[in-house]
Amino acid sequence: MSKASLSKDEVKAMLILACERIIAAEPMLSEADRNLGDGDHGLGMQRGMTAAKEKLEAAEVESIEKAFSTVGMAMMSSMGGASGAIFGTFFRNGGKALAGKDSFDAAALAAFLKAGVDGVKQRGGAAVGDKTCVDAMEPAANKAAEVAESSLSEAIQAVTDATVAGKDASKAMIAKFGRAKTLGEACIGFPDAGACSVVVIIEAFRDFIAA
Amino acid sequence: MSHANSAKKIINNPLKCADELFEGLVLAYDGKARRVGTRSIVMNDLRPDAPALLVGGGAGHEPIYHGLIGKGMADGAAVGEIFAAPPPDIVLEATQAVNRGKGVLFLYGNYAGDVMNFDIGAELAAEEGITVKTVIINDDVCSAPPTDKGKRRGVAGLVPITKIAGAAAATVDSLDELARIAQKAVDNTRTVGVSTKPGSIPATGKPTFELADDVIGLGMGIHGEKGVGLIPMCTADELAAKILDLLFGDDLALNAGDEIIFFVNSLGSTHMMELLILLRGAKPILEARGIKIHQTIVDNIVTCQEMAGVSFSITKLDAELKKLWDMPCESVGYTKL
Repeated sequence: MSKASLSKDEVKAMLILACERIIAAEPMLSEADRNLGDGDHGLGMQRGMTAAKEKLEAAEVESIEKAFSTVGMAMMSSMGGASGAIFGTFFRNGGKALAGKDSFDAAALAAFLKAGVDGVKQRGGAAVGDKTCVDAMEPAANKAAEVAESSLSEAIQAVTDATVAGKDASKAMIAKFGRAKTLGEACIGFPDAGACSVVVIIEAFRDFIAA
Repeated sequence: MSHANSAKKIINNPLKCADELFEGLVLAYDGKARRVGTRSIVMNDLRPDAPALLVGGGAGHEPIYHGLIGKGMADGAAVGEIFAAPPPDIVLEATQAVNRGKGVLFLYGNYAGDVMNFDIGAELAAEEGITVKTVIINDDVCSAPPTDKGKRRGVAGLVPITKIAGAAAATVDSLDELARIAQKAVDNTRTVGVSTKPGSIPATGKPTFELADDVIGLGMGIHGEKGVGLIPMCTADELAAKILDLLFGDDLALNAGDEIIFFVNSLGSTHMMELLILLRGAKPILEARGIKIHQTIVDNIVTCQEMAGVSFSITKLDAELKKLWDMPCESVGYTKL
């Protein structure tokens, strides 16, 4: 029985599941980064999501906005590096778009993803095609906007498919950011590690909503 | 916890290396510097009413950057995790601690993570009423063409650059003047590095890149970023000539009579023996061009764990930079009498 919309406590539980999934995915994410970067993306994400989970579990969340921004602040502070700034910005900016909302539905998902990816693009300067996490985030946000009138469970499944397709598309790209940019054509065939992390997070959202 | 650790690192907890090396670094300053907040280190006894020099970056490249705070060097450093830029709140805590009412210059290497986190830190500092200026170090010749310097990384040239900026921070009265001099030091510095073996990530024990036994990565960055290509293993004299060719081929005009700081750096495990043999090979090439070495540095200062390789950095001096260079400095990473 899937959920039509989420309360703030359910959003908190969904985010905790996303934290746990990232923590468990550390070896996969580090391996993905070893092909393109210096192989520590999974460790950073694990550190950030461990801190985020602790913060979420430590207290009642005041609002849906606060649940997302708690994750963003914890990631930014505990991770550092490009990933901390990028994923921290994604959750903080995305959360801001949910100010005043007391339920998380398909429209809220769309608002979160749009504000999140806009913040990331502004901070890092990356666009679709640069082989970064934006290649998963932007298709997710675009699909979410298309399906904002659907049920939450339909919307999150469509968004998950778009996110995975975006991550897969990053395999064919030549990187324009980070260490991978020095690899040129040698990076073709490998998906961006940040995009892999986005998939793990969105799949966790889907699984929580579907459960 | 079990980790394959082919590097046989002498550590306690693979996930606590940044925190524990930081605590050790504070001890190495013998009470002349102190810990601030989560992971910032700041000199005691800072000159009052002066603009401040803040450096920083990821850990794991010791003694840089945090080992370059000191008398006549940087005032403080924001320290990240292993190979990861310090987060904005660490940048902010360091900024607040070094600020003496005249603003703070951020001086760090050009990596996406550092730029984003220091920029967010600068935004947070601005909210607190602290003026921040930023000078980004981008001395790595092989990381982008001279027409695209915004994409060049910061590598070993950061040592002479930080030394000169530190001397400026000890003497000038305005943040603008400090930023101008630091930028001039950046503009006059170039580095070319080579690698023969990767370092490893302390938390995983895995190498940061792959490199065959019989080749040298020419122009490689300090994390193993690809350079201009692989060349067969060669002699020190041949390698010195190749590195200098790349330096001379860049856009820093080096003419007969110019005076330079010449820095031969080991990336970690390359031995002083090899550095000295390379210096011996480089010297006649510089002499033949009429270039005068004002000071030579041969040391392990910009490293990546047990990575093997070397870099040559050249800082071209004018009267102003030479005067600042000649001032003494003292830090864990570099001391000049």
